[in-house]
Amino acid sequence: MAGLAITLGSGAMTNSVAEVADADVIFLIGSNPTEAHPVMGAQIRQARKRGAKLIVADPRVIDLAKEATVHLQLTPGTNIALLNGMMHTIITEGLMDKEYVENQTEGFDALWEIVKDYTPEKAAEICGIDPEDLKFAARLYASGERAPIYYCLVVTEHSTGTSGVMSISNLALLCGNVGKYAAGVNPLRGQNNVQGACDMGAIPAMYSGYQKVSDPDIRAKFSKAWGVELPSTPGLTSIEAMNRAVTGEVRAIYIMGENPMLSDPNTAHVEKALRNLDFFVVQDIFLTETAELADVVLPATCFAEKEGTFTNTERRVQRVRKAVDGPGESREDWAILAEIMRRMGFDPGFTSSREIMDEIARLTPSFGGISHNRLETDPVQWPCPTPDHPGTPYLHKGQFSRGERALFRPSPYIPSGELPDDEYPMLLSTGRLLYHYNTPTMTGKTEELMEIEGRSFIEINPVDAAKHGLSQGGRVKVSSRRGQIESEARVTERVPEGVVFMPFHFADGSANVLTSSEVDSISQTPEYKVCAVKVEKATHQSA
Amino acid sequence: MLNVTIDGQKLQVKEGTTILEACELVGVEIPTLCHLKHLAPEGSCRMCVVEVEGARDLKVSCATVCGEGMNITTMNEKIHAWRRFIVEMLLADHNIDCFSCSDTGKCKLYQYALDYGIREPRFKVQPRDWQIDDTNRFFDYDPHKCILCRRCVRVCNDRQVNHTLNLSGRGIDTVVGMPFNELFIDSNCVSCGNCVSVCPTGALATKASKNYRSWELAKTRTTCSYCAVGCQMDLLVKKGKVVGVEPADGHSNKGLLCVKGKFAYKFIDHPDRLTTPLIRKDGELQPASWDEALDYVVDNLQKIKTESGPDAIAGFSSSRTTNEDNYTFMKMMRGAIGTNSVDNCARV
Repeated sequence: MAGLAITLGSGAMTNSVAEVADADVIFLIGSNPTEAHPVMGAQIRQARKRGAKLIVADPRVIDLAKEATVHLQLTPGTNIALLNGMMHTIITEGLMDKEYVENQTEGFDALWEIVKDYTPEKAAEICGIDPEDLKFAARLYASGERAPIYYCLVVTEHSTGTSGVMSISNLALLCGNVGKYAAGVNPLRGQNNVQGACDMGAIPAMYSGYQKVSDPDIRAKFSKAWGVELPSTPGLTSIEAMNRAVTGEVRAIYIMGENPMLSDPNTAHVEKALRNLDFFVVQDIFLTETAELADVVLPATCFAEKEGTFTNTERRVQRVRKAVDGPGESREDWAILAEIMRRMGFDPGFTSSREIMDEIARLTPSFGGISHNRLETDPVQWPCPTPDHPGTPYLHKGQFSRGERALFRPSPYIPSGELPDDEYPMLLSTGRLLYHYNTPTMTGKTEELMEIEGRSFIEINPVDAAKHGLSQGGRVKVSSRRGQIESEARVTERVPEGVVFMPFHFADGSANVLTSSEVDSISQTPEYKVCAVKVEKATHQSA
Repeated sequence: MLNVTIDGQKLQVKEGTTILEACELVGVEIPTLCHLKHLAPEGSCRMCVVEVEGARDLKVSCATVCGEGMNITTMNEKIHAWRRFIVEMLLADHNIDCFSCSDTGKCKLYQYALDYGIREPRFKVQPRDWQIDDTNRFFDYDPHKCILCRRCVRVCNDRQVNHTLNLSGRGIDTVVGMPFNELFIDSNCVSCGNCVSVCPTGALATKASKNYRSWELAKTRTTCSYCAVGCQMDLLVKKGKVVGVEPADGHSNKGLLCVKGKFAYKFIDHPDRLTTPLIRKDGELQPASWDEALDYVVDNLQKIKTESGPDAIAGFSSSRTTNEDNYTFMKMMRGAIGTNSVDNCARV
């Protein structure tokens, strides 16, 4: 998010999902859509079937890698080297969109200053791939008339994630691929309403619509509308808040609908933070691992039991409608919060989900034209400033959100915070499975899904498996500097030698016990994707 | 624009519009079996035939584009007889044990048999002895109810692009299945369920559909709560309980769903759902009233705010709940508590 906000002026996916149908070259980097975003994955396959070319950069042989025009099987954590190498090829071979770069961007000289060191040979060596493949991919991407780039967590969940995102933006700008149909820079957001949670100002530095807390005029606007003095001191991110809970500076935490005990990296640290609190509230639909530590647990309704909206990855605001009543005394999330506000002597100012959206529209320019009534028939994409505005299928058309020009913000390749060594010789990468979703709070309740994929496993290359005496289905002890777990070996060539992969969904053998809490210096995203581990045959061979 | 006449009604249509699409524009309903939006017109079932003045034969409306001055008739004796004949042919080897079929009430074949006045099949063939495949965890496949419209095959190959289903055999031996007569469980099927959603009969049916009939259901259009593609779908509700999900034609999903959207709804009324507030007493979380729980929350937050200032309190909102919930959460943290320490799991 932070990366694109700096280079383009908006952190959101630039283009629409369905536009992929008209793309001619598709570049997937660190994204496994057939598992994590299956309906997007299907549309990429449709495009491929119609003849679109496909470049896949991923350490694993994901399903789409098998169907790709070229698969760059790079070492985890080396995206920036790859992107810099591709840009080197595009610039030196004269394949860049010169007119676009001259008229619509700034910072090209600074870009070249960094990128010039990344010859295809040097970049390919860092990434562990063939330089010819790198050059082929660069030429292919540059040849695309409509060439969208899709990426997701694999890019952002590195300690250099923000630089990685900015490097993707650099590549797209170099080829004039931002601000046009069926192209762009497209982060595929992980959860159903990540886009919406950020849009709504559930982030420390911004109110709804990315209006800065530090701007006195904005603060005055919200202050007047809400009838209360508002704080100007910057807030803490969740990672910082956890750190300060350990030191005792943060004494109370209120968590709505999250399960950091399973989803955050470095579980031991999270548990220590939460146990150290004087007061801890969790509002959720199940008694999650996190809720079990709370002082108060408040029962909420789920999506099928409430009215409201979600904003999807392409900025489209769509209705959520109540189909059934919530169980027992459960209440809608907003209604619980509004009641707490009332009891604190603060008038929430609304009595229904519809009225909340009306307030959002009044105070948020990019949502100005959005209301539940309109969404009934017209689920628009923000920015949508007025009721007669048609919404925005793709961003930066004619002008960037940032202003006249987009910015190149180059970055050198910096090795991951924790690399393999003699003691922990393997790189662990974590990710999602088709049959699950984050922590299996929801999918785990459908027993058929648990039958298909019900417990932790670790993918390991046959060469490494042989080296460590591991057999298909055997129990494995996996340890890192932070902890150790047991899992089941899946011996497969989906992962290259030296790399192991684990899904992060399962509480038994939870991969996040192992992962690192190194965070990206700009976005504070934890580094899930790369950490060093060692694998051994477990003493007990049954689960 | 082209000028056409449908049952005496004149209208203008864009070049490339099919007769079927033109009929939809003026609200004339045409029966279809193989046709499906977002799939290329196939014209194989021939149920949608209409008469075009001057043309030698009846025309397949889904696969015939309008021409200038076309005069189209959508129902007369000839058309009726033709469509009736098609349904009779399809019924010849169809398992018509409709009482026990979960699709009764929404089956297109059943509907057209009624519409075209068929009381019993005119043609009879030796009952087929296909294998029923119940190995998928979410749905069953009964070839005796298949009408070979190929919707499932096309959605699997052209839209999901998973290449699991195909057609094999010839003539009366033609059957939808998997290469080498594999069962679903041994195939590369990813259980997206899109074949089930498009099946016009009960040949591909969810296991759950045995427990309801279509007329018992209420449908609620909503947005999927799993990944961020934002697929549109209808929740199927029987007696206050979600019993199934059908895809809807949203901007980003165009009628598709994945295994999670289609089948992972059982968490909704799971017995482990929280039903009352809980307060920790003597080290244990124990049921409490809302009044008690809310006062407890407010008292503690206010006490900590007074003692250590608002920044001693932090809140994590959720990328799973609605925009309205998130907005309210940040308003509570900033407005009522007075801190900017509000975040969500976007980073996770």
